[in-house]
Amino acid sequence: MTTLLNIIIGGLIMGGIYAIISMGLSMQYGVARILNVSHGEFIMLGAFLTWTLSQAGISPLLSLVIVSPPLFLIGFIIHRTAFKRLSSISGGGAFEGNAMLVSFGLMFILQNVAMIIWGSSPQGYQFLVKSVTLGGATFAVNRLVVLLFALVISIGFYFFLSRSRIGKSIRAASQDPIAAGLMGVKINRVMALCFAIGALLAGLAGVLLSMIYQINTAMGMSYTVIAIIVVVLGGLGSIPGSLIGGFILGLVGSAVSYIEPSLQLVAYYVIIMLLLLVRPKGLLGR
Amino acid sequence: MSQYTVVLLSSIIMYIVLAVSWTMFSAPTGYVSLATAAFFGAGIYTTAFLGEFIPLPLLMLVGGIVSFVLAFLVGAITLRLRGVYFTIFTFGLVELLKNLVLWFEIKFTHVRGRFVVSIDHTTVFWSLLVLLALLLVAVALIKRSRFGRALQAVGESEDAAAHIGVNTTLVKVTAFAVSAFAAGAAGAAMATRWSYIDPGIAFNSLMSFMPVLMAIFGGMRKTAGPVIGAILFAYLEELLITRFPSLYMIIFGAIMVGVILFLPDGIMGLVTKLTRRGAKTLEHS
Repeated sequence: MTTLLNIIIGGLIMGGIYAIISMGLSMQYGVARILNVSHGEFIMLGAFLTWTLSQAGISPLLSLVIVSPPLFLIGFIIHRTAFKRLSSISGGGAFEGNAMLVSFGLMFILQNVAMIIWGSSPQGYQFLVKSVTLGGATFAVNRLVVLLFALVISIGFYFFLSRSRIGKSIRAASQDPIAAGLMGVKINRVMALCFAIGALLAGLAGVLLSMIYQINTAMGMSYTVIAIIVVVLGGLGSIPGSLIGGFILGLVGSAVSYIEPSLQLVAYYVIIMLLLLVRPKGLLGR
Repeated sequence: MSQYTVVLLSSIIMYIVLAVSWTMFSAPTGYVSLATAAFFGAGIYTTAFLGEFIPLPLLMLVGGIVSFVLAFLVGAITLRLRGVYFTIFTFGLVELLKNLVLWFEIKFTHVRGRFVVSIDHTTVFWSLLVLLALLLVAVALIKRSRFGRALQAVGESEDAAAHIGVNTTLVKVTAFAVSAFAAGAAGAAMATRWSYIDPGIAFNSLMSFMPVLMAIFGGMRKTAGPVIGAILFAYLEELLITRFPSLYMIIFGAIMVGVILFLPDGIMGLVTKLTRRGAKTLEHS
């Protein structure tokens, strides 16, 4: 019983983080048509900026607020320079492929700049290393804090997108960019905004990750792969799909890593292969 | 030739093989494959398993066949998907194989890596050169054949190709498998370069990106494009990777971004444009 509870809590923590990451990627791919392979590098940047700040005595909870604006800005600038130029020179079908290759280039640049700054050995810091007993099972406080923030951020973002005015224009742009443009949505700005929001969400996930796991400068790629799997699982461009898909994958991952840790990633691939064969649109895809 | 030159030329030829074989499938069809490292790694593991028993040319043949079969299976599942899905899938294949092989080795053979037989550099060099020659002949023959035309048609409009009676999935899968053969054979030959391998070394996803970058940089419309790209980057790697690995990767990434944004048709495209402009100026004067 305690084991089961641990697997579920562990799954919800991973799932919450996966959901944040995947909603970020979903913004970038679903709306801006950029399958951003450097997504994980923004997670890594968020984690390492938090680590650097923690060395200066700044609480990681405060880092959530400090780290996000610069990452948002970097995302916005990258879209305004590289991807805007790319969409003006490559028409329709070619854009998606080329955008992905550009993001691969960005991945190499970001990862290796980080490696020069922070080195390649794993890092970590101590944050709320206490434990509480709930319902007969013992939990680390920092994991519960991460779970709480992951839930607040992922569900909060979902409501931002479905209720706010900016959220509405983003959804309009994802459904039909041309019609949205005619209705007065500033399409280029919305695209850049979506890319920047993706970077912001990745950064927040990075801050949360650094509170409970060890981090290293090569960590980004594996999270990118997970985000892509979740986005495909939930259905391309579907935000609720990413939210639900993230939690599903987190729970499955938690269960598999309890049985056979080295097969976690393999299990993800098997899920995605089966899904693509049975329902290529994803769970909630249109 | 000195041993150093032989080793350098071998890696240049290896990259040419990888870049040309990548271009052979991805340029006409427009499906960007990131599975090269998977096939290359399959070749490396072929030599690691069988190196003591059979000679190099046979190893390359077996490595090629293993990759061919692997590509055929993967292609049959994934080549019905949209382009971007295919790319992600092929990229995932490298990580998947890496994890599977690692799990298999630790679980059943209780080793993390393996020792590979050593074969002298000159033999490896000549074997790779023969492989390259065969590949270039194959590419030239395919371009002129019915099959090559069908491949081109699939790339331009899959629906139209299907309407005129092309079995689009079979054409794509076959081309993918043939290009994988070359990568697998190259892997089998290059495996002897390392004396010790593990899944992390064999399935290095950088090997998937190098051919793409080389082909885009050189230009994909002509076979000379990937060849030029491969020579240039193989030499750049030789100069920088041991001394400044991070710097090399930053330059690598920056060139990748820069070429796609500013040189969409690569070096060969630029050359064509310049010569055309030159010809026009001559006409006017």
